[in-house]
Amino acid sequence: MEIFIQQIINGLTTGSVYALVALGYTMVYGVIQLINFAHGEVVMIGAMVAFSVITALAGTAAPLPPAAILLAGVAAAIPACMAIGYLLERIAYRPLRHAPRLAPLITAIGMSIILQHLALLVWSRNPMAFPQIVDNPVFTIGGAAITGVQIAIILLSVVLMAALTWFVYRTRFGIAIRATAENVHVASLMGVDANRVIAATFVIAAALAAVAGVMVGTYYGITHYTMGFMLGLKAFSAAVLGGIGNLAGAMLGGILLGLVEALGAGYIGDLTDICKWPLMKEAVAERCAADGHLILMGSNYQDVFAFLVLIAVLVFRPSGLLGERVSERA
Amino acid sequence: MKFRDKQPALYWCGVALVAIALIALPLVLTMVGTAWVRITNLAILFIFLALGLNIVVGFAGLLDLGYIAFYAVGAYVYALLASPHFGLHLPFWVILPIGAFFACVAGALLGAPTLRLRGDYLAIVTLGFGEIVRILINNLSSPFNITNGPKGITRIDPFQIGNLEFYNSDTWLGILFTGPAKYYYILLLILLAVIAINLRLQKSRIGRAWVAIREDEIAAKACGINTRNVKLLAFAMGASFGGIAGGMFSAIQGFVSPESFILHESIMVLSMVVLGGMGNVWGVIAGALLLSFVPELLRYTVEPAQQALFGQMLVDPEVLRMLIFGAALVLTMRFRPAGLWPESRHRQEFAGGATHE
Amino acid sequence: MRFTAKTIALAVASAFVAFGCGKEAPKQQAAAPQAPAAPPAPMVVKIGHVGPLTGGIAHLGKDNENGALLAIEEANAAGITLGGQKVTFELVREDDQADPKIGNTVAQKLVDAKVVGVVGHLNSGTTIPASSIYNQAGIPMISGSATNPDLTEQGFKYVFRVVGRDDQQGPAVADYLAGQFKPKTAAVIDDATPYGEGLANEVEKKLKAAGVTVLPREKGTDKTIDWKAVLTKIKGKKPDVVFYGGMDATGGPLLKQARELKIGATFSFGDGGCTDKMAELAGAAAEGMVCSQAGIPVQAAGKKFLDGYKAAFKIDPILYAPFTYDATHLLIAAMKKADSAEPAKYLPALATISHDGASGNIQFDEKGDRKDAEMTIFTMKEGKITPIAIIKGGKSMTVDEYTAAGAASQPAAQQAAQPAAMGGMESAPTEKK
Repeated sequence: MEIFIQQIINGLTTGSVYALVALGYTMVYGVIQLINFAHGEVVMIGAMVAFSVITALAGTAAPLPPAAILLAGVAAAIPACMAIGYLLERIAYRPLRHAPRLAPLITAIGMSIILQHLALLVWSRNPMAFPQIVDNPVFTIGGAAITGVQIAIILLSVVLMAALTWFVYRTRFGIAIRATAENVHVASLMGVDANRVIAATFVIAAALAAVAGVMVGTYYGITHYTMGFMLGLKAFSAAVLGGIGNLAGAMLGGILLGLVEALGAGYIGDLTDICKWPLMKEAVAERCAADGHLILMGSNYQDVFAFLVLIAVLVFRPSGLLGERVSERA
Repeated sequence: MKFRDKQPALYWCGVALVAIALIALPLVLTMVGTAWVRITNLAILFIFLALGLNIVVGFAGLLDLGYIAFYAVGAYVYALLASPHFGLHLPFWVILPIGAFFACVAGALLGAPTLRLRGDYLAIVTLGFGEIVRILINNLSSPFNITNGPKGITRIDPFQIGNLEFYNSDTWLGILFTGPAKYYYILLLILLAVIAINLRLQKSRIGRAWVAIREDEIAAKACGINTRNVKLLAFAMGASFGGIAGGMFSAIQGFVSPESFILHESIMVLSMVVLGGMGNVWGVIAGALLLSFVPELLRYTVEPAQQALFGQMLVDPEVLRMLIFGAALVLTMRFRPAGLWPESRHRQEFAGGATHE
Repeated sequence: MRFTAKTIALAVASAFVAFGCGKEAPKQQAAAPQAPAAPPAPMVVKIGHVGPLTGGIAHLGKDNENGALLAIEEANAAGITLGGQKVTFELVREDDQADPKIGNTVAQKLVDAKVVGVVGHLNSGTTIPASSIYNQAGIPMISGSATNPDLTEQGFKYVFRVVGRDDQQGPAVADYLAGQFKPKTAAVIDDATPYGEGLANEVEKKLKAAGVTVLPREKGTDKTIDWKAVLTKIKGKKPDVVFYGGMDATGGPLLKQARELKIGATFSFGDGGCTDKMAELAGAAAEGMVCSQAGIPVQAAGKKFLDGYKAAFKIDPILYAPFTYDATHLLIAAMKKADSAEPAKYLPALATISHDGASGNIQFDEKGDRKDAEMTIFTMKEGKITPIAIIKGGKSMTVDEYTAAGAASQPAAQQAAQPAAMGGMESAPTEKK
C-alpha cells in the first residue's frame, strides 16, 4: 500500500510539471492552432537562466537566504522566457500566420534547433548540477516519502493553474483571448487587437514554462541543453490527451500522464511476469526455475504505456478527453 | 504542348546527358574519395524515404511524425533474415519484398485506428507510434532475444547476385568499382523505378483521390471516394517505400541498431518533404538532396571559413552547422512557405493568398 | 508538365555533378595544411583518429583526440626512421558525431586518405560497424574506449582494443560487491543503451553466479532523470546493493532520488558513473557509492603522459586519453619493430607486441583484446572518487600493493594516492559510449 501511495505521489509531481508545460501548448494552440514545438526549449532556457542566477548569488561572499536566492532565480527566468516567447511569435510565427499548416511546424522545429544550440554555446554541452540550496526535508505519509520540493511543486502548480483560469475566464483580456480563440476575424471586428492577444498568449505560456523549468531543475538537480525536448513532447502529449485547446484538459492530461507513467513503471512489470500466469507456467517452467521471473514488459516500456494510453484515448475520443469542436479543425 | 514533341532532338540529348552523368557519377566521386559515394548512397536512401513520406503527407495530407518506424521495420526484417543473429541468410531479392510487406502491414496497423483523427491529433499519434516501434526494437532482447536490443545486429549480409559481391571492390574494363559504387547503381535503378511509380501515382485515380481528401475530406467523401480505404492505402504505400529503403540501409551499413531510428530522423525526413515542396515529386527529391548534402558540405567549409575570417575557431563547427541548419529551415519557411519547389496545384492556391483553414 | 519534369531532372543531375566538383575543392583544401612544410620532405605516415568531436559527448571525443595527438608529437620529436627513411607522423582527425551512419562515412574517408592505422572510435556503436571497413581495407585499428565485447568477437584480424571489455569490467565490480557487502538481494538498473545494458548484463550474470538473488531488471533511457517510479518499485523489494549501468548525467539523479525515497542500499556504477560529477549531481547522497573503471585510473597513468598532456593542452585528461595515447604509441612501436609503415608488414608485430604505456603493460590476446586488463574500484569520499582497489587477473589489491608490485611507474602511483590530483575528472561523460 505504501508503495502505491508512493507511486501516486511520484506521478502527481511529474504530472504537475507536465500540466504546467501542457498549458503553454494548449493556450497557443487554442488561439492560433499552432503546435509550438519550441515550447520545450523555453522550459530549458528557464531552467538555465535560473541556474546561472542561483549559482552566481549562492557563490557570493555573503549570500542571501536560500529562499530569496531561489526566488531571484525564478524572477530572472520568467522575464527571460517571456522575452523569448515574444520573439518566437514575432520573428518566427507571425509572418507565417497565413501559410500552409505545415510551414509553422517546420519553423518551430528550426527555432527549437536554434534555441538548443544557442543554449549550448552559452551554458556548455555538459549536464550541470542545479544548485541545491534550499533544505529539502523528507516527510512520511503512510510509509511513503514526500519531499518539501515535491509539496512545493504540487502546490505551486495548483495555484498557477487557478490563477490562469481566473485570468482567462474573469478578466477583460481573458475574454479577448477566448474570443480570438473562437474566431480571429470576428474578434478583430469586435475591436480585439488579435496580434496583441496572440503575442500575449505566447508570453503567458513562456512565463509558465519558466516556472516549470525552475521546478524541474530544483526537483531533479540537473540541467542540460537537451532537457526541453522530451519534456516538451510529454507535455504536448498531455495537452492532446486532455483535448488540445482546452485549459482544463491540459491540466487533466498532465496529471493523468504523470500517473500513468508512474503506475505503469511500477506495476506492469509484475503483471506481465509469465511465471505467474497459470496458463503459461508449464511452457516456460525451465526459465522460471532459473530466474524466478520472466517479465514481458518492465519499466523499459514506461514511455510505451504513456503513448498507448494516449492512442487508446484518441481512438475512442478523437478530440481528447475534454476536447470539442474537432470537426472544424481539419 | 510537350517539350519532347516540340524539340525531340534536344530532349533526347538532354536525357542522354543526364544518363551519362548519373552513370559516371560514382566513378568521378571515387576519384575524389569513396566516402562521397557513401554519402551519395545515403542521400538516395533519404530520397526513398522522403518520397514515401510524400505520399502520406504531400499527396494525402496526413501529417505523419513517426515515419522512420517503417524504415526501422524494413531494416530489422533484413537484418534478422540475413545475419548470423538467427543464422538465416536469405538472398536480398527475397528479403526486400518481405521487408516492404511487413512495413506495409505496420503502415496499415497504424492507419486503421487513426482514420478518424485529423491534423495535429494524427501528428502526435504517429509520433507515439514511431517511438513505440523504436522502444520495442530496443527492448525485444528479453525475455526472448529477437532484436538483440540496443547492441544492434552486426555482420548483416551484403547484397550478392550470383558471384557478384557488393561488398568488395572489383576492376572491370580497367575501371575500379568499389563496393559503395556498386550499391550506387542498384540504388539508382530502384530510384528510377520509385520516381516513375510516384509520377504515375500522382496522376492516377488514387493520386487524385488523395489530393481530393487532402483538400477537403468531406467533399471527397461526398464525391463517392471511399476515404477509409484510400487513406489506408496511402499509409500502406508510403510505409512500403520506407521498408525497402530500410532493407537497403541494413545491407549497405552491415549493422543496424535502434539509435538509427530516433524521432530526429523522422523530423529530418519531414523537413525534406516540406522544405522541398510537399506533393511535388521533384521538389521532394531536391529537398532530400539538399538536407543530405548541406550538412556534409558545411562540415568541410565551416571550420576553414572561420579560420580564414577570424584566424581562430570562435564557434564549434557542429554548433554553427546546427545553427545554420535551423536558420535555413526558418528562413525557407519565411520566404517560401509552400517549400522551395511547390506542387503546381499548391502554387496556384498561394498565388491568390488564400489561407488553408 | 513534361517540360518541367525533365528540365528538373537535368537540373538535379547537374546539381549532382556540381556537388561532385564542389566537393573536390574543400577536400583538397582540407588536405593542404597536412602536407609537411619542410623542403626535403621526409616520408609522411598518416594515422587516423575518430571520435565524436561534436554533440553530447564531444568533450570525451576531444580528450581521446588529444591523447593520440600527444603521442604523435612525441614520436615526431623523437625522430623515427623506417626502412632507412626519416618519417613524420601526421594525425588525420575525423568526427563521427557518435552516429553509426556517419562513423562509416568517416571511416571510408580515412581509408580514402590512405592512413596506415586508426585510433578509435570512441563509442562501441560506431566502432563495430566501422571496424569492418578498416578490416576490409587492411588497416589496423585500435580503440581506446569501445568496451562492447562484440567488437573483437567478429574475427577481424586488423581490430584491436587497449581498454577492458564490459565482460572484464562487469565481473570485477560484481566480485567486489559480492565480496565486500555480502548482499542477499541485488537490483540491477540500466539505461537501455548498448553500453549500459551490456555492462549491467555482465554484472547480473556474475552476481547470480555468486549466489545473490537479482531482482527483475529495471530500465530507463540515457535521458531519464525521473527515476522515482522505478526506485519506488525497487524499494518494496529491499535490495542490499543496487548496480546502475549508465552515465553520470542519469546516475546522479538516480542516486539523489534513491536517498529521498530512503533506500539504504549501497549503490554502484560502471565507468560512466565513475566521476566526481556524481557528487555534484547527487550531493551528499553520493558519499560511499562504489564504482569501477576499466584500466587503471587516469591519475595512475604514467607521469610522462600526465605532464605532457597538461603542458600541451593546458587541461587535465578526462577519461580515455591515456588509452588513445597508448594506442597511437602501439601503432608506431609496431611500425618501428617491423621497420615499415605498411599495414600488412607491421600487423604481425602489432599482434605480438609488448609495450609499457601510460596505462600499464599492453599485450594483445588472439582476439585483439588486451591481455589481463586492469580494473579499478573507486568509492566516493568527500566529493571525490578515490581508488580503493585495483583488480588484475581476478586478484584484488589496494593501490599501494599495486604500486609496490611495480606494475605502474613510481610517480604515477603517487599521483593516484593524491585525491587532489583528481581535478581532471570534473568534466564528466554525459552519454553512452
